[in-house]
Amino acid sequence: MSSTQSPEQATDHSDDHPTPRQYVHIALVLAVLTALEVSTYFFEFGAIAIPLLIVLMVVKFLYVAGWFMHLKFDSPIYTRLMYTGLAFALVLYAAMAVITLFDHAPTL
Amino acid sequence: MSTDVATTTLGIDHRKLGMWTFLGSEFLFFGAFVSAYLLYLDTTAGGPGVEIFDIPFTSISSFVLLMSSLTMVLAHHAHTKGDLRRMRMWILATAGQGAVFLGGQVFEFNVFFREGLELSTSPFASSFYVLTGFHGLHVFVGILLLSSLYVLSLTGKIKPNQDVKTEMIGLYWHFVDIIWVVIFTVVYLIPEIAVLD
Repeated sequence: MSSTQSPEQATDHSDDHPTPRQYVHIALVLAVLTALEVSTYFFEFGAIAIPLLIVLMVVKFLYVAGWFMHLKFDSPIYTRLMYTGLAFALVLYAAMAVITLFDHAPTL
Repeated sequence: MSTDVATTTLGIDHRKLGMWTFLGSEFLFFGAFVSAYLLYLDTTAGGPGVEIFDIPFTSISSFVLLMSSLTMVLAHHAHTKGDLRRMRMWILATAGQGAVFLGGQVFEFNVFFREGLELSTSPFASSFYVLTGFHGLHVFVGILLLSSLYVLSLTGKIKPNQDVKTEMIGLYWHFVDIIWVVIFTVVYLIPEIAVLD
């Protein structure tokens, strides 16, 4: 390999990445988690239904981001960028929730 | 014009950094619409609410989109190995699944319209259509990107050593998938279960 690499050559880090078999395993896990999510609609899970759905959503999110988007293997800068966007989104929701709460508050 | 990756300030690919910065901003973009939806969930103005959702149908669409992430990552893997023929096969499979998802969304919107849930029916309806509609638009853009990648690789404009291009489009596609993971739970499943309870 020459000393001056093209970007395409320099970013070829396929050896660090999972194999197709591992990707299929991850997809199977995601399929099972989705089936579990959907089962909460058909079967009575009681009070644990909503917390369970949130946990499943977060796990699926982390699996796709970590394995399929390669955040587990790439520079942590990319992960920080993603979490920054997510954090802003949560702050935005909290701010809107507070504003809405006061908007509907009874006035004297 | 391409630059030497090794000489960049952060030692990482500028294009991937740019894509991740864009995706970070997209989380905020969708965060705003999800927030609006949650805050307007009960404002149906006498029109249809979450009971209108067809969870089994949306579950199948969600599953198709989730599996499209697998074919996308397999396309990228094939490209890293220089196997453009296999890469194109997986790209077509991904675009096809995206088209199935989009077709499902168009069908779902048609059903909702017929049942009286129009864009201007209520704040709930507006926030639902804007959120899921923008997501559908992202899927459509993703299909266009995948189609371009397919044609460019077929005409020899994308070379076996340019796998970063497939990776960039893959990142966008997985993002679209990851946003749907959130929408499926927060927009469809949780409100529907809350109503059933």
